[in-house]
Amino acid sequence: MKVTLNVNGEGRELDIDPRTTLLDALRNHLDLTGSKKGCDHGQCGACTVLVNDRRINACLALAVMHEDDEITTIEGLGQPGALSPLQRAFVQHDGYQCGYCTPGQIVSAKGMMSEFDLGWPSNVSDDLTAIPDFSRTEIRERMSGNLCRCSAYPGICAAIEDAAPEEGLKNTKAAE
Amino acid sequence: MKPFDYIRATDPAAVQQAGGRIIAGGTNLLDLMKHQIETPATLVDVTRLEMTEIEQSENSLRIGSLVTNSELAAHETVRRDYSVLSRALLAGATGQLRNKATTGGNLLQRTRCPYFYDTTQPCNKRAPGSGCQAMEGANRILAILGASDKCIATHPSDMAVAMRALDARIEVESATKGTELLTMDEFYVLPGDNPEVETVLQQGDLITAVHLPAAPAGRQSYRKVRDRSSYAFALVSVAAIVNTEGGKITDAALAFGGLAPRPWRDSGVEEVLIGEAPSEALFDKAADVLVADAKGHGDNDFKIPLARRTMKAVLSELTGVS
Repeated sequence: MKVTLNVNGEGRELDIDPRTTLLDALRNHLDLTGSKKGCDHGQCGACTVLVNDRRINACLALAVMHEDDEITTIEGLGQPGALSPLQRAFVQHDGYQCGYCTPGQIVSAKGMMSEFDLGWPSNVSDDLTAIPDFSRTEIRERMSGNLCRCSAYPGICAAIEDAAPEEGLKNTKAAE
Repeated sequence: MKPFDYIRATDPAAVQQAGGRIIAGGTNLLDLMKHQIETPATLVDVTRLEMTEIEQSENSLRIGSLVTNSELAAHETVRRDYSVLSRALLAGATGQLRNKATTGGNLLQRTRCPYFYDTTQPCNKRAPGSGCQAMEGANRILAILGASDKCIATHPSDMAVAMRALDARIEVESATKGTELLTMDEFYVLPGDNPEVETVLQQGDLITAVHLPAAPAGRQSYRKVRDRSSYAFALVSVAAIVNTEGGKITDAALAFGGLAPRPWRDSGVEEVLIGEAPSEALFDKAADVLVADAKGHGDNDFKIPLARRTMKAVLSELTGVS
């Protein structure tokens, strides 16, 4: 099947079997190997990409279903020499050990920040109608879809907290 | 994954015409297809259909079946007036999954019974008539109510439990019957002798929306007990809406997750509570009714006392009984 995907601001044409997941399309057909295949079942978050600014698991999506969408991968957030604030903060805070989950962690953190900007509550928010707190408790809950087998969680949380102002995080109590 | 034909539906009639398995968010179906538990010959993509709106009228909320779990949980009216639904949605899955999973798809989630997932094992739900290893096996997460001697699978949804407490109705469009509004007990079929049949939906039927009645009076709560504090299915969950006036319970709606093949509600439990002054003794009486027909299978025996305790804790929270 011929499809056109809009990835990191660029239209890319490809000819794929309908079974191809968005993750496999990115990695195997478009050579965007930043998004990682961990579990391939939506449990680890290593494949996290943004679709129309919302984070999703690329392994549980069919590429053919995302023709009209804006897809952003880790490569679209920053590049060597021009790292995004989150990428820089992960380096600075040792937010990884082996690094395999890192692209997913960073894309997920970026998506999480836009959810904060919309004022979305989480399972640990005391008041569903209040502006959410940008607290460690909130970050941990909201990042629970990204596993790190090296358990670099303290560094991951510190990097996210540190990068938030530069990433333009707005709608939180901490940023007021 | 087995090969399939992909069809992108442009209107509901095309869905009925195409036949085949409907896909929207795909977060559960694609996982099942990778395991070859589901092997549809045709996939009908309904994500282009106009079912993405939440419409408010004076006495109801109509939730389009393509509204994502994230959008629904964050909707201003839902957060304010149907907080039990926001809470249930936020207690389920992860940020990534909630952004993709839809309202209609969440209702149709399949069980996470380990024998259903293991294609090397018999399973009456996956392979009708092959048997059930869960009865005598690892059944810790499985059902104590509403099950049969063919299947003890539980329904995994949190969202549906809150919707059951809220008296939601499911809007279904079918070629034969037109548009119907079904209660959740009409929609979900208990396993009986045919656990492969989970709902009344026929091939080509499409869930178009979920309707919530006017926001109920009283306080709302969703409490979920699970093995870890985030991203885990419920062992027991309770969605509760309780109203008290003049020291007496005037309304009570209680639905339960993790206990049964469908979101569980027992009017007998509510009848015990309504008209009475809240007390621990009263809650005990209601809990007796809830588990009167409960049956453990070994590993899941713990769910009987856990269901009692969780229900009592929620009732205490909502009525202020300490």
